[in-house]
Amino acid sequence: MSKYSNMKFHGYRRENGRVGVRNHVLILPVDDISNAACESVANNIKGTLAIPHAYGRLQFGEDLELHFRTIIGTGANPNVHSVVVIGIEPGWTKRIADGIRETGKPVAEFSIEQKGDLETIRAASWAAKQFVHQASEIQREECSIKELWVSTKCGESDTTTGLGSCPTVGNMYDKLLPEGITGFFGETSEITGAEHICQKRAINEEVGERWYKMWKAYQDEVIFAHQTDDLSDSQPTKGNIEGGLTTIEEKALGNLEKIGRTSQYIDILEPAEAPGEGNGLYFMDSSSAAAECVTLMAAGGAVVHTFPTGQGNVVGNPIVPVIKITANPRTVRTMGEHVDVDVSGILRREMTIDEAGDELIDMIRRTANGRNTAAEALGHREFSMTKLYRSA
Amino acid sequence: MSEIPHLLVHEQADNVGVVVVEGLTAGTDMLCCITHDNSTFRLTAKHDVPIGHKVALKDLKAGDTCMKYGEDIGKIIADVAQGEHLHTHNCKTKRW
Repeated sequence: MSKYSNMKFHGYRRENGRVGVRNHVLILPVDDISNAACESVANNIKGTLAIPHAYGRLQFGEDLELHFRTIIGTGANPNVHSVVVIGIEPGWTKRIADGIRETGKPVAEFSIEQKGDLETIRAASWAAKQFVHQASEIQREECSIKELWVSTKCGESDTTTGLGSCPTVGNMYDKLLPEGITGFFGETSEITGAEHICQKRAINEEVGERWYKMWKAYQDEVIFAHQTDDLSDSQPTKGNIEGGLTTIEEKALGNLEKIGRTSQYIDILEPAEAPGEGNGLYFMDSSSAAAECVTLMAAGGAVVHTFPTGQGNVVGNPIVPVIKITANPRTVRTMGEHVDVDVSGILRREMTIDEAGDELIDMIRRTANGRNTAAEALGHREFSMTKLYRSA
Repeated sequence: MSEIPHLLVHEQADNVGVVVVEGLTAGTDMLCCITHDNSTFRLTAKHDVPIGHKVALKDLKAGDTCMKYGEDIGKIIADVAQGEHLHTHNCKTKRW
């Protein structure tokens, strides 16, 4: 028994048993050309949220599968109470609506062809209004820590993330994974330079080998296939270099601090894939770009995201609260409105990593109970789809 | 620790440390702390170094390996003396 074994939070229990910490009524476009109708519905009906995005037409193969998985996963996320799906034509619209319906949550679908935007908006607004009434009557109930799914990805990293904010997240995972939470980490390209260490953090050799194959595939099929010189301008980024990170190895070693000292990953997920092996830590094959990565992990089912930053990444997500943690005192001083957990005391040796981990866990509990994060209060709702290749 | 450190070092094996205070100026007698075991030592900064940037803990020659987290993080590409600023102008990944 640890002090976290009996930790509880108040969440929304969904039809499929999963627990959410937010209660959104989502107006979800299947494709880019349905964004306008979705935004009109969200404007008509208060308490709904449209999440416009850039894709969904003429995609094919693995790229189309990822599109469906991301959109369905977003609608299926337990932070979402119900979904109004709008697409240009009925086929893909139904496929997405049916995918979300498997959770048992309320879903209504509308397509625009042979009706036009105005008639679609009228009908969809009635459905959205009904969902808002239902959602607003749902009560939070007491849930076990075991039911919490927590993701992590860092951004605008600098040397202070490796010293302070990333080990804070790692300490949280070392304490809460043994209590039965489900965790996500990822950022495939960003592990480059520490791949030998990451491979060894798998639960067994077979998982480690699969992880290495996945990592190597990105190196060979994407980086080396598309590079013009090397990754020096992207990994580390200009912001990373400004913050004092010199090489990709240095960045990767700091990044990996997010999985702590003892945590091991039990499986590897495709981008936006939901975990299937039960409680534990999962590596999701994902971009290191903040909004894309958080979007993919939310589509995989994470309900709270922990985001260590050094120089001050401001990213948020429409459906998942993003908790910002920084150890950089300059970022606390100049961008304090974006910071949820200030662990700069670690650099002054006034705070231990263990104490910082406890503070983060407390903030996760409060956020799960309903506290709005800095990113939520500031209106950060970045929803960014990952695209694998050019559309047909 | 009553005095606030100027420089943090991850591991004993490292040959660089990270400046963790704003406005560090050349000539500062830095309190340095190795986070792994909380041991301390002192080192004079030879440059003005921004917060988050690295300082060499000893004289390093072109071709030497830069060590941080007890791991190889790249190669030295221009000589750098103890106490000097170490960054992209004198250190680079070995990968490409």
